[in-house]
Amino acid sequence: MSVRTNRPFRRLLTTTAAVLAGAALVAGCTSNEPEEDPDAAGETGNGGGDAPAGSNDEPGETVTIGFSGPLADHGWLAAVNESAIAEAESYEDVELRTAEATNDASLQISQIETFINEGVDAIVLLPTDGAQLTEVATRAMEAGIPVVNVDREFSSPFAARTTILGDNYGMGVSAGTYACQLIEDNGIEDPVIAEIAGIDSLPLTQDRSQGFADALDACGQTVDNRVAAEFTVESGEEQASNLLQAAPQIDVVWNHDDDQGVGVKQAFDNAGRDEFFFIGGAGSANAMRWIQDGEMEATVLYPPTQAADGIRLARLLAQNKGMSDLVQVEVPRRIVLNAPVVTQENVDQYMHLGFES
Amino acid sequence: MSEQTPAAPQETKRTGTPGGAPPADEHRRVEAAAAAEGDTRSRFGRFMGSSFGRNLGLVIALLVLCAVGVATAGDRFASTDNMLTILRLASGIGVVSIGMTFVIIGGGIDLSVGAIVALSSVWATTLATQRMAEDTHWIVMVFTALAVGVGCGLVNGVLIAYGGMAPFIVTLAMLAAARGLAELISERRTQIIEVRALVDFINGDFLGVPVLIWIFAVVSAIGWVLLNRTTFGRRTIAVGGNATAARLAGISVKRHTVLLYALLGLACGIAAVMLMARTTTGSSTHGLYWELDAIAAVVIGGTLLTGGRGTIVGTIFGVLIFMTLTNVFTLNNLDSSTQAVAKGAIIVIAVLLQQRVAARSDSS
Repeated sequence: MSVRTNRPFRRLLTTTAAVLAGAALVAGCTSNEPEEDPDAAGETGNGGGDAPAGSNDEPGETVTIGFSGPLADHGWLAAVNESAIAEAESYEDVELRTAEATNDASLQISQIETFINEGVDAIVLLPTDGAQLTEVATRAMEAGIPVVNVDREFSSPFAARTTILGDNYGMGVSAGTYACQLIEDNGIEDPVIAEIAGIDSLPLTQDRSQGFADALDACGQTVDNRVAAEFTVESGEEQASNLLQAAPQIDVVWNHDDDQGVGVKQAFDNAGRDEFFFIGGAGSANAMRWIQDGEMEATVLYPPTQAADGIRLARLLAQNKGMSDLVQVEVPRRIVLNAPVVTQENVDQYMHLGFES
Repeated sequence: MSEQTPAAPQETKRTGTPGGAPPADEHRRVEAAAAAEGDTRSRFGRFMGSSFGRNLGLVIALLVLCAVGVATAGDRFASTDNMLTILRLASGIGVVSIGMTFVIIGGGIDLSVGAIVALSSVWATTLATQRMAEDTHWIVMVFTALAVGVGCGLVNGVLIAYGGMAPFIVTLAMLAAARGLAELISERRTQIIEVRALVDFINGDFLGVPVLIWIFAVVSAIGWVLLNRTTFGRRTIAVGGNATAARLAGISVKRHTVLLYALLGLACGIAAVMLMARTTTGSSTHGLYWELDAIAAVVIGGTLLTGGRGTIVGTIFGVLIFMTLTNVFTLNNLDSSTQAVAKGAIIVIAVLLQQRVAARSDSS
């Protein structure tokens, strides 16, 4: 009896020990310290260093800015958060309060309430969900704290002093217009145009697709094949693999997001297909390197520096300054960032904006 | 093994003719008895009882899907290339689903498979691991992924078996923790694999068929043998069917439960390696929602969620049905919302079909 009860237990122990030893061995493998210095992410935030400094960059009275953003679950958002923090650090007159990144709207609401109670001078807010954060942002405004709304818009104009947005519809338009140009320049007749979208239920995806369709419509084209991935590498690979089967010959393909683009690119490589012009979106460092190497035609930028710009604007608002490049004395109500197309010709100019996905 | 083998020869001695019947006779006698029993059922009933028959509902569903594919997309669907694409995309989730089949037959559930895949892929692609792999051999990365997978599975299993916690809760906790750890290690970045040898080998072809599909085939074969031809498989069914009875019959239920979760962890590790090669990356977003896909495939395959019954073949059909569905929809350029609705409908229809067919084969 004792033999029968002991043996399996001992075997379990040895198995556990062996696996634990194995785990201990690989535990050393969690280190992710890169050998070369990662300058890309740092540089995005320090763009102010080499820009011609107006009188606005000179230190003024010290202001406290509260910053709250969603959990950085992909490369673009991580770059947004990092560049915002780096931007704040580059000003000696800015004291940044950073709230723990979260995807929980109610937690983010309580973070903003804390900022209000602390009496910060300005708040930069990239909401997890614009509509859900509108009420608390309005309260902050009523308490006399200017709110800078970044990327995801509030549902009320009274909730923010200034809104700074990327242009999702404009991204689609840029991609579509560039596709039209490619078709015309290369004299492609009856082109097959494919689109690999992001998560279809998100308004930003719908805006991008609408812009793409509208721009194509302007040159008499339509999207022939469309799939939707989930902004992840794996889903990008899966959807692109199926897309390649659906369309034996493609002339232009636009992929909404360079994070999922790593998988999309791999699916193209796996299938040995490169007969088309491959246009990306967002502007990751990977995509820019592919463009340099000629493996990708272009990518449409969705600037990851919005929150960093938000910090700058919040500082100006708190110090009662205007934007020195505008005649207008006050900071504008609304800034929509351009979505330029990055190609082999101009990639060097945009390389420092590329984020590591 | 030791509990059951001694009983069998005794039985033979007791029931066999004096002087001892040769094993061949014994075998024939059993077959004759089975045939006699079969006589009470219709020819249809006997057919339905066979392993093919049990999965007939799934075969029909898959054939209907293929017919729709051929009718709407023609050669684009029926090409070898497309078939290989479907199988290649099915391979990773397929391996996880086979592991999941064992856990569910054994009366458990694992919600953390996707997160374990993510953690394994991230751990195996950190710069440190990749450097080590470059200095030695890419197999280091494979070993790391498998070790992380088994490690997570063991934690799940030990907490469930010896901690007395519900599988749903333990694996839900692992789902959160493993993906969180993956995000911490990767700093939420996509880790590109620079060790080309690994990618080239696993993403390459062997005898004209992608290695990914070979891995899926081998894991399926091992899974089938393990479930149907070994004591381990029979114990799994016993533990899932009635844990108390299994314990009284001398099976160490706790130890077996740990083994089942470790096995699934191993499957997750294998799937992580496959995903790493397919996408050339390790990422904390790998395997998102795989727990739901795997459980859906297993349930469609006719495995009881309460445990005690299930087949590997059914699970493979379940995975293939899902992948073929996505493929046919993409070939026809239908949008993702329509796909989601169809997937929901297919789950219900396939399970209904499966239940009807199974009920008929049991009653007739």
